[in-house]
Amino acid sequence: MMPSLILATAVRYLLPLLLLLSIFDLLRGHNAPGGGFVGGLVAAAAFALYALAFDVPQARRVLRVDPLQLIGGGLLTAAASGLPALLQGRPFMTAWWGPWLLPVLGKMGTPVLFEIGVYLTVLGVTLLIIFSLAEG
Amino acid sequence: MFLLIVIGSGLGGALLAPLLYRLRPSAAGRLLALLPAGFFLYFVALVRSLEAGKALTASFAWVPGLDFHLSFYVDGLSLLLALIISGIGTLVTIYAESYLAGDPLRGRFYAYLLLFMTSMLGVVLSGNVLALFVFWELTSLSSYLLIGFYHHQEDSRGAALQALLVTGAGGMALLAGLLLLGQVGGSYELRTLLLRGEEVRSGPLYPLLLGLVLVGAFTKSAQFPFHFWLPGAMVAPAPVSAYLHAATMVKAGVYLLARLSPVLGGTGEWQFLLPLGGVLTMGMGAFLALLQEDLKLLLAYSTVSVLGILVLLIGLDTTLSMQAAMVLLVVHALYKGALFLAAGAIDHATGTREISRLGGLVRFMPITTAALALAAFSMAGFPPLLGFISKELLYEAKLQAGSAAPFVTTAGVLANVFLVAGAGVLSVPFLFGRGLSVPRPPHEVPVGLWLGPALLAGLGLVIGLWPGLIDRTLVAPAVEAIRAQPTEVRLALWHGLNPVLLLSSGTILAGAGVFLLRHRVQQGGRWMAGLGRWGPARWYAVGLSGLDGLARVQTRWLQGGPLRQHVGIVLITTLGLVGWTFSGQLGGIHLPGWPPQVRTYEGMVVLMILGGIVATARASSRLTAVVALGVVGYGVALLYILFGAPDLAMTQFAIETLTVILFVLVFPRLPRFTLRSRPWQRGRDLVLALLAGAMMTGLVLAVVVRPFQSRLSPFFAENSVPLAQGRNIVNVILVDFRGIDTLGEITVLAVAALGVYALLKLCLDREVGGEESQ
Repeated sequence: MMPSLILATAVRYLLPLLLLLSIFDLLRGHNAPGGGFVGGLVAAAAFALYALAFDVPQARRVLRVDPLQLIGGGLLTAAASGLPALLQGRPFMTAWWGPWLLPVLGKMGTPVLFEIGVYLTVLGVTLLIIFSLAEG
Repeated sequence: MFLLIVIGSGLGGALLAPLLYRLRPSAAGRLLALLPAGFFLYFVALVRSLEAGKALTASFAWVPGLDFHLSFYVDGLSLLLALIISGIGTLVTIYAESYLAGDPLRGRFYAYLLLFMTSMLGVVLSGNVLALFVFWELTSLSSYLLIGFYHHQEDSRGAALQALLVTGAGGMALLAGLLLLGQVGGSYELRTLLLRGEEVRSGPLYPLLLGLVLVGAFTKSAQFPFHFWLPGAMVAPAPVSAYLHAATMVKAGVYLLARLSPVLGGTGEWQFLLPLGGVLTMGMGAFLALLQEDLKLLLAYSTVSVLGILVLLIGLDTTLSMQAAMVLLVVHALYKGALFLAAGAIDHATGTREISRLGGLVRFMPITTAALALAAFSMAGFPPLLGFISKELLYEAKLQAGSAAPFVTTAGVLANVFLVAGAGVLSVPFLFGRGLSVPRPPHEVPVGLWLGPALLAGLGLVIGLWPGLIDRTLVAPAVEAIRAQPTEVRLALWHGLNPVLLLSSGTILAGAGVFLLRHRVQQGGRWMAGLGRWGPARWYAVGLSGLDGLARVQTRWLQGGPLRQHVGIVLITTLGLVGWTFSGQLGGIHLPGWPPQVRTYEGMVVLMILGGIVATARASSRLTAVVALGVVGYGVALLYILFGAPDLAMTQFAIETLTVILFVLVFPRLPRFTLRSRPWQRGRDLVLALLAGAMMTGLVLAVVVRPFQSRLSPFFAENSVPLAQGRNIVNVILVDFRGIDTLGEITVLAVAALGVYALLKLCLDREVGGEESQ
């Protein structure tokens, strides 16, 4: 990676903004364009930019979690989001919504948990591939 | 119900075992043994309450739409096996604690063992044939994990794979057979099927159905010609061999045949095929057992032989033969379990399993050798052990087998003679021999290791002396369950002087004779066993390597060489198939009118895309090509926006960006950018590309003409808000209506990523040379 001062400086500001954008995309998905897939991709792009601007070990440090564990955690969350329905005697993955309306996040329910699972998985998958390619 | 708790706690125990081992390594084995012990006590209690002769049933919905329920059907037959499974399971768990002491993977072993035990219990307690199949396959899976426990050894891995492939292929056949059975019998529930025997047997599908089920049962119970995986599985640790390959898993096929005999039995095919397979297996197993020098292999082949006897008895299809089969089930579990556990203890203490080097072991390992000898005498059928009672019942059943009696009895006597000789080979040298030369100083083993063999062998003696302990409570209910009529079973050591006694004493004498002449027999037998080199084991090896070779040749032909070649083959095939369909079936293409009704900005986006394509094809550096490709991608995303698909466009934008980043990361590793194709090749590729594009265009134009009324779009549009509480219909479909599809997709993503990761990490220093990625 050729060190570029412009990219390095810009990425330092872009990373938190892009992560915020990715979470925004994630949470608005139910009622407006967005969702777990796009959120995960945007977050992955953010970390990939960071890896381009600096280097992969630093990007891994900022990520803090190993991409493999992100994948596992994401799949687990997504699968677990279907379990509350089983406990209620309904088919696996029947949505269960909470009655309360949170101020910023909106309605909470198992589909949101599923979206988060998808987000984490996509993030993990993309970063696993990108980091492995970059490290060589 | 309680049965569900049994299965659930078994699975839970399997999941928690490694954790428990990590927390309390010294006590984990004993604590975990409480689980099978608890099951055993529960089943003993059930024995009392079931003496009325009715079956205990319970049912839980699993997939109601397919008549696939988690049902339980517990009668005498199930209980007999359940007691064996849980009882020997307890002893094996305790044994494993000492046998695997010091092994860091012991927690994992317990997990696999408990998983196996639970699935085996599921097989014998199940009341729905589909649920039975699920548990059946689970036993194959856990057996794979257990046989391959010493996974760093190549022969362990090979043997585990062999067992898995053979029993798995049999499992496929079994599934087909069970599905047919359910169709013909009208239900997958056992209690219904057991009443529909007449319909099943008289239907035209009966032979096919029977054949498939037999393949499944024969592979699992190591009948000829599927027997070869069992001796191979002896690389497993001793507790595994004792539990799976002597007492329980190999009996699953026998159980299935016994369980389905009211439905499938009683016909000419049944009474021919089963005895045929049984006799072949019985004879071959007994003979080969005598030729072995390794203790465990001798035990393995004799197990194969006894499994053959069991199948033969079930094939004879009389009440007496079923009685003999049930008693043999119990006897064999007791003595074989004891023998395998003792063999493992000997191996553990001395470091070898070669009989010739273990002479006179009794001086150093009295308890273990005594248990071994007792069990061996039961195997040989000496009174007053239970084995004697079992042998007498065998002969009685064979003598009354109708027209086949002479043949069957003769074969039985021959096989038993060899088994007696085999029993001699594995006990006499230890007791009276000399010349102990072993790697490790021999010493008696700790309690955990001799408790199992001693208890099991002792039981053989005790029940032999007091057969009343099991004849009314265990054997009779089992036989009644199979024959569906009340039966009286009275086991006794002495039945008076009759032909059966003559046969059994003759067998013992002849066996002793063969034993004394064993070296002669072994020499003679070895050339015959040499024929085995062209036997089923060889076919398996040839088949497997043939499959490998075929895959290699086909991949090199279709997918080797430049990527352009592979893509070209795919395109030509698709063009050919679609073109052929087009010419035959689809109607004409509806060409849009001229001038085209395109808005200015739409036209600009299309021009941008076209420009990007031309730039990509004519680029003189990789970076240019990638950027131009990115322009094409962004253009397509813009089209998505223009035509009202914002989610798709967002995803496309993100993917294009990431692809560019990906390419930039890969560039440094690729060889120099050069022109690798000649002009005529490029011309050919251009024509191919244009044809493919024209095909897709034509396809779309032809499809658009047809009337298209979707019931899905209005449904989703109407129900998105009330049912799924979301206004973004696309997202709602992905996450809610079709959530399980998405779950599958992200799993596939994860697996693909793991594959890429593995490939990248494996090509550490190697040049990625042979694959040109142009």
